[in-house]
Amino acid sequence: MPILGDGHDTLRAKTFTRRSLVMGGGVVTLFAALTGRIYHLQVVERERYAMLAEDNRVNVQLLPPLRGRIFDRFGVELASNRQNYRAVLIPEKAESVERALDALAAYIPISDNQRQKALREARRNKPFTPITVAENLTWEQFASLNLNIPDLSGVEPDVGDTRHYPFGPQLSHVLGYVAAVSERDLENTDDDDPLLRIPGFRIGKQGVERAVDRDLRGKAGVRQIEVNAYGRVIRELSRDTGTPGEDVVLTLDMEIQKFTQARVADQSASVVVMDIHNGDIIALVSNPGFDPNDFNVGISHARWKELTEDPLKPLINKALTGQYPPGSTFKMLTAIAAIEAGVIPPESTVHCSGRMSLGSHDFHCWKRGGHGSVNMIGALKYSCDIYFYEVARRCGVDKISEVAHRFGLGETFGFEVPGEKRGNVPSQAWKLATTGEPWQQGETLITGIGQGYLLATPLQLAVMTARIANGGRAVVPHILRSVGATSYAKPVPPSIGIPDVALDLARQGMNAVSNEPGGTAYGSRIVSDTLALAGKTGTAQVRRITREERATGVIHNDNLPWHLRDHALFVAFAPVDVPRYAISVIVEHGGSGSKAAAPVARDVMQLTLERDPSRRAAMGPSAGIAGKREG
Amino acid sequence: MLDTYGSTRELRFLDKLKDFNWLLIALIAAIASIGFAMLYSVAGGTFEPRASRQMILFGIGLCALIVVALVDLRVWMRLAYPAYAASLLLLVVVELFGKIGMGAERWVDLYVFQLQPSELMKITLILAMARYLHSLTLDEVSRPLTLIPPLAMIGLPVILVLMQPNLGTATILGAVGASLLFVAGLSWKWILPAVGAVAAAIPVGWQFLLPYQKERVYTFLDPERDPLGAGYNILQSKIAIGSGGVFGKGYMLGSQSQLNFLPEKHTDFIFTTLGEEFGLLGAVTLLLLYLAVLTIGMMIAYSSRSHFGRLLAFGICVNFVLYILINVSMVMGVIPVVGIPLPLVSYGGTAMLTVLFGFGLLMCVHLHRNVDVPRHSGAFW
Repeated sequence: MPILGDGHDTLRAKTFTRRSLVMGGGVVTLFAALTGRIYHLQVVERERYAMLAEDNRVNVQLLPPLRGRIFDRFGVELASNRQNYRAVLIPEKAESVERALDALAAYIPISDNQRQKALREARRNKPFTPITVAENLTWEQFASLNLNIPDLSGVEPDVGDTRHYPFGPQLSHVLGYVAAVSERDLENTDDDDPLLRIPGFRIGKQGVERAVDRDLRGKAGVRQIEVNAYGRVIRELSRDTGTPGEDVVLTLDMEIQKFTQARVADQSASVVVMDIHNGDIIALVSNPGFDPNDFNVGISHARWKELTEDPLKPLINKALTGQYPPGSTFKMLTAIAAIEAGVIPPESTVHCSGRMSLGSHDFHCWKRGGHGSVNMIGALKYSCDIYFYEVARRCGVDKISEVAHRFGLGETFGFEVPGEKRGNVPSQAWKLATTGEPWQQGETLITGIGQGYLLATPLQLAVMTARIANGGRAVVPHILRSVGATSYAKPVPPSIGIPDVALDLARQGMNAVSNEPGGTAYGSRIVSDTLALAGKTGTAQVRRITREERATGVIHNDNLPWHLRDHALFVAFAPVDVPRYAISVIVEHGGSGSKAAAPVARDVMQLTLERDPSRRAAMGPSAGIAGKREG
Repeated sequence: MLDTYGSTRELRFLDKLKDFNWLLIALIAAIASIGFAMLYSVAGGTFEPRASRQMILFGIGLCALIVVALVDLRVWMRLAYPAYAASLLLLVVVELFGKIGMGAERWVDLYVFQLQPSELMKITLILAMARYLHSLTLDEVSRPLTLIPPLAMIGLPVILVLMQPNLGTATILGAVGASLLFVAGLSWKWILPAVGAVAAAIPVGWQFLLPYQKERVYTFLDPERDPLGAGYNILQSKIAIGSGGVFGKGYMLGSQSQLNFLPEKHTDFIFTTLGEEFGLLGAVTLLLLYLAVLTIGMMIAYSSRSHFGRLLAFGICVNFVLYILINVSMVMGVIPVVGIPLPLVSYGGTAMLTVLFGFGLLMCVHLHRNVDVPRHSGAFW
């Protein structure tokens, strides 16, 4: 059947075909372009997008490593990691946060503060984020949590690590403490260790903890977790627990440290015991101390106030930072300077009438009637001031100063525990530079007996004594025995160039002080043929005795208020014949050196000699403690 | 001879069924199956609730396709204007009720399922345009007076849909209408000024865009300017596709899709999941399947003896290809984000049914390729 308008239809069919094919061609082109785009995304830029997808998917969390432990020379644990029992709440697993906290309060004490903090965190975070409600629970509390977990929906008992100092205040000044990284810590360091950014990560703030913080810290572990778009953890992809910090062994002997601390309990005192040959610090006591465990868990305001307001200054490490006039303990150096300068033959005597005039000033000996004629050994033995005034006058201050520096006064030793103070050793140039005034000869005299501008720390006095005892070698103090597998070699220290005769005289004088009747420390001698010590007392004036007072009679120390009493000092080495250890003792406002300081030194030295490592094996580098690590 | 050429004899039911283009059905089923697989994957390896529902919808749609195909082409031609009028009415109703029903502007609840009148309009516009253009000679197409009805046919729904506002669907409606006019032989003297006018209208039209629409364009121009806000979708989508590489991350192993970094992953952004899990290979395979369907569609158009059939088949193809081009370009950040699903693959009832209804009409043209359709079939009914 013919169709109406068939001719027209052919025409429009042709147009349709032509034009639709053009459009079809356009569509094919567009498909090709889209394929090109897909190719671009999936092949050309694949790496970039794969990385972005991985970034999306994978969260990297740092795992804090276990901090290295600290041991004394015989392997006694001085700082360790204790398990920290915590109660953690996961809001989405609890019916309501309030009710979960109420339930929790039935088993462990929850303060209002903790409650508010938990509620605040729950509001701020996603419901699957765990909230730490309480920390440092006792084992009993933790056990009761675990036992009652069916009643505590949303609560999870959790165990972390926290620093523990078993000896508390006895080692506060040596070990220091750890505390959370502060903004200031981050600003003042070039340390870019990612661990520092972990919230709540603790670093060493004082003492050895700070000195070898990076070794103790270890390497961060990394945990890769897969998260979804809302940050919920889907699964753990990998876990690298990191490297625990290095264990550190100190040269300390905890028994001696403990004994010493107890020996000076209730007093504001410092004691330093060191090995005169290799510089090992056997005990380093600054009393009173503080409990570093308090800082670790966050110290309370009241406790902090108590510590800062205590007149005995428990926060100050006096052994390193306390600067005292060395008093008569300095007289050995005056004597040595005089011998070296050749200003007085050792056997020559000086007559002590109890008083010496220089210009319009009178200089007094501590003994009102005087000592009569004394030679150098006698002057040391009786601690005669007049003898040393005279010798100092002949020497001049610059010679004394130069010798003092060689014995470590006015110097720092790069000691590992931070905070060493330099003290002060005056000279003519020093005085002119600091005060603008010229040096007065009278000042040389009082420098000769360890007063005036002279200042020394207990550590410096121990070093000074060690250098006298070891034959004039520049021993420096050390407290690190080993860090990890590295033990610190202690080469024989170089000589400080003092003639043996001078040192010998100083040692003989000290021997006389302790072991000859009439010596100022004879009462505090060690009665033994082989273990006797040789020492020197010192008493440092805190106040000036006025002319009027001298006329009416000097007020006895015991009648003065505590803070005006003299500092008591004592330095010693032992055994006399083959010296091995040096000790310095300073009892702040303790009165006379012979009464307050020498007995302490005797007791500590006696214990030190009894525990001499020659009688027992000291601990080697970490080999000896390998495998003891827990966790 | 008469049976194959110019026969007016009614085709029998069985003959029609035998004559079905089963290759087209197979290709459609293959594409839909890719959709099921992706829905199963993004649901974390479960059929519930989407994959299973999508399969049921596909089954219903396939039945509808067969029924639609079996209906005589001339019946569809007679129904063209009333159906168009009905969908236009629905669009108006939606516009009115939408104002009351707060945000539910695009939907009419038919109690059985929800109907999007704008989707319905895509089909009825093609029917109405095909019927109208079928009645015109080539010369008549370009006469000013005869141009008024088709322009109105296109313009009215486009304006209504724009008011919803639904820029994507309005664009498709306009483009489908314009394509039909083009292939019907509209004179170049009209086409060139029209193209010019549209180009000139873009800056003017920009003024009328809603803030969220403008935002989408800004975001398209620079997706990284707000990577956590408006640019998030495009950025995450590109990351997902790009990270898929040539072979993909493996079925159900796309981290972007599985871990919810990808937005709208079961609807408009499903192509992204395919690209992430099956890579370049999977994406290109799907595009080739689409091209194959389009090729068959065009062959059906060319084989149709009636102009109505040709235009109808062509219109269905244009509608289909626009979905694909817009959706795929969008998820790869080539064009701004518009709410256009990937046909046969994206989850969604109305889109699935509309597309299969369209393929029913295509199949109908195929079955009735040799049927004569009078140029002036009984006025408007």
